Amino acid sequence: MADLLPEHPEFLWHNPDPKPSYDAVIVGGGGHGLATAYFLAKNHGMTNIAVLEKGWLAGGNMARNTTIIRSNYLWDESAAIYEHALKLWEILPEELEYDFLFSQRGVMNLAHTLGDVRESMRRVGANKLNGVDAEWLDPQQVKELCPILNISDNIRYPVMGATYQPRAGIAKHDHVAWAFARKCDELGVDIIQNCEVTGFVKDGNRVVGVKTNRGTINTEKVGLCAAGHSSVLAEMAGFRLPIQSHPLQALVSELHEPVHPTVVMSNHVHVYVSQAHKGELVMGAGVDSYNGYGQRGSFHVIEQQMAAAVELFPIFARAHVLRTWGGIVDTTLDASPIVGTTPVENMFVNCGWGTGGFKGTPAAGLTFAHTIATGAPHKLNAPFSLERFETGALIDEHGAAAVAH
Amino acid sequence: MLLISCPNCGPRDETEFHYGGQAHVAYPENPNQLNDREWAEYLFYRDNTKGTFAERWVHSTGCRQWFNILRDTVSYDIKAVYPMGALRPDTTPAAPEGAAK
Repeated sequence: MADLLPEHPEFLWHNPDPKPSYDAVIVGGGGHGLATAYFLAKNHGMTNIAVLEKGWLAGGNMARNTTIIRSNYLWDESAAIYEHALKLWEILPEELEYDFLFSQRGVMNLAHTLGDVRESMRRVGANKLNGVDAEWLDPQQVKELCPILNISDNIRYPVMGATYQPRAGIAKHDHVAWAFARKCDELGVDIIQNCEVTGFVKDGNRVVGVKTNRGTINTEKVGLCAAGHSSVLAEMAGFRLPIQSHPLQALVSELHEPVHPTVVMSNHVHVYVSQAHKGELVMGAGVDSYNGYGQRGSFHVIEQQMAAAVELFPIFARAHVLRTWGGIVDTTLDASPIVGTTPVENMFVNCGWGTGGFKGTPAAGLTFAHTIATGAPHKLNAPFSLERFETGALIDEHGAAAVAH
Repeated sequence: MLLISCPNCGPRDETEFHYGGQAHVAYPENPNQLNDREWAEYLFYRDNTKGTFAERWVHSTGCRQWFNILRDTVSYDIKAVYPMGALRPDTTPAAPEGAAK
């Protein structure tokens, strides 16, 4: 029988043991960590580097997000970095030689109040000025693009219009991680799973090594890409981050025929919905209010987002929830990420992406790699420094970023 | 959903409450003397403990009173409920007497 079975396909990456030392160590083997390692190797020729992952590759928020990609942020700094990410998403399948099902099916952000309408139109204008594709749709145009949406006035918050970004969409999150991991591996990066960081070795205020459950690894530079656990790592290294970790939940239905042609987000009744390539309806909403590292949240959050979804999409009333889950998101007070240097010499941090990290993956990797390699930020991540909390130059995307956080 | 024991109203669903974040963060005693770093600490930096965390809640749809709790941020178990202004209770388990436990 055994010789009837096909050969096992090539593994996409190896599982090396950690070497005694590296030029740089990235902590966190999710999308951001892998993208950072990829750009360090490709753009900066740093191939003697390792990505340490405490669990399995891309098993944290990379496995738990709702895969939405868009760049229709209000403020210039955010539009620049997210639009750069979107442009990278457009070329990465070819560059990584991996079709990770990036589908530019558009993202719609619904408006349900006069305030929403004004905010949306302002954001469309700001987006256009920043070279981000954006348009305002009236309810009829909303219905034409997404026929299953209820635009009648028989619901509590009728649809008064929407912003629409045609180049936005979704991608297959696992495949994105595997695409980066395979290229990293080809370029000589060590991807080390089941390797948990337990501390750092410092010489004065300079980091010189990483302590792990698989021994101490010497390194010249450390990049933290640990999302919800960033504060825990920072504490080990002896500094603080203005981060609060919250549970963020999502859910999927069972498989359905294709009924939902785009991505619909509603800030006001708070749900976002797309249909995965396989057919599941994928939904998410806001974070649970309390701090949490439990990768689970409270059920009323799920209940409220489903109620919102059924009002907007009456056709979903007979669908069933197949699965719900939670991730730990690293939120900042201004709902913008932190990508830059830290108070510890040669240690760099990429965190604070909160509920929007997936879409930012390529730009996070590109800019963070630049920061680690050169010791100074790329022009795209310079505004997203830790120092902004002292200077007051916040990038306040709360409510401005087309979704409440 | 968390079941939170309001000190005034007893155990109620989480949906009756609002979260107030880290407890025991005092307003600066000499605000005029703070530098930018110290203001940043006060305004934007809060503990983000993995483990037992002292935090504030308000019973919005009940007695509308604020109170503190100690909650494990991994298991979400609530270990103590105590009034505003009180010191954080010591919840370290007593040393076991003898081997049997």
